[in-house]
Amino acid sequence: MATNSIRLQAKLKDGLTEVKALINHPMETGSRKDLKTGKLIPAQYIEDVSVISNGKPLLTAAWSFGISKNPYCAFQFKGGKIGDKIKLSWKDNLGETDSAEIDIKE
Amino acid sequence: MTNLSRRGFLKGTLATGAAAVLPFSAMADWPKAAFEAKTVEDAIMALLGSPDTLVSSAITIEVPEIAENGAVVPVKVNSTLPKVESIVLISEKNPIPLIAHFKFESDAVQPFVATRIKMGETSNVVAVLKSEGKLYVARKEVKVTIGGCGG
Repeated sequence: MATNSIRLQAKLKDGLTEVKALINHPMETGSRKDLKTGKLIPAQYIEDVSVISNGKPLLTAAWSFGISKNPYCAFQFKGGKIGDKIKLSWKDNLGETDSAEIDIKE
Repeated sequence: MTNLSRRGFLKGTLATGAAAVLPFSAMADWPKAAFEAKTVEDAIMALLGSPDTLVSSAITIEVPEIAENGAVVPVKVNSTLPKVESIVLISEKNPIPLIAHFKFESDAVQPFVATRIKMGETSNVVAVLKSEGKLYVARKEVKVTIGGCGG
């Protein structure tokens, strides 16, 4: 299991909570060659992302390796409160996972 | 909730518990066929069940006009369409055109998403939004100097 791969932020402003996530992940396409060995680097990319707030789902995403290396993702929702929990989880095609949980801040 | 019943409370607690144990339980299976599709229409069909889209000026795609590095192209999609359930991002000429499907699981989520994508060559970035059962589309071209898929 991957650890500490997610930098997560949730800020409330004017009734709108903006969630921003930066994930440390290679997002390998499987068609890139290792310059030293000349061999293909196996595909490794995040397939599923889920974000929940206080246990309720907000957003789920299905990704391909068309998302850039070290993925960035942001979205907004109404009705969040300071101190509400936001949890993001990801799972890649090789079965690796990670998740992070934070509070909504001002 | 001012009138919190015992049943309502239990329901809430159980839902939270289940989500905490299985963060991916809310997700559908990864849509393999849609990601294997070679055209925009096939990808939309596989993902959302219909290839029919209406061109909409209520969708804005923010992308750079010229991307020097196709490996990292920032994309922002915004919309004024009501009750948006899904935002799909596609790069028309990528070997795998479908890049991402963002599904909004709550009415509270706004029709907005920002991310960074890879583009193999100069092409349109396509955003498809599902709103009140209909599919709406917008396109915007990005000129790519160095492709970001093989390299």
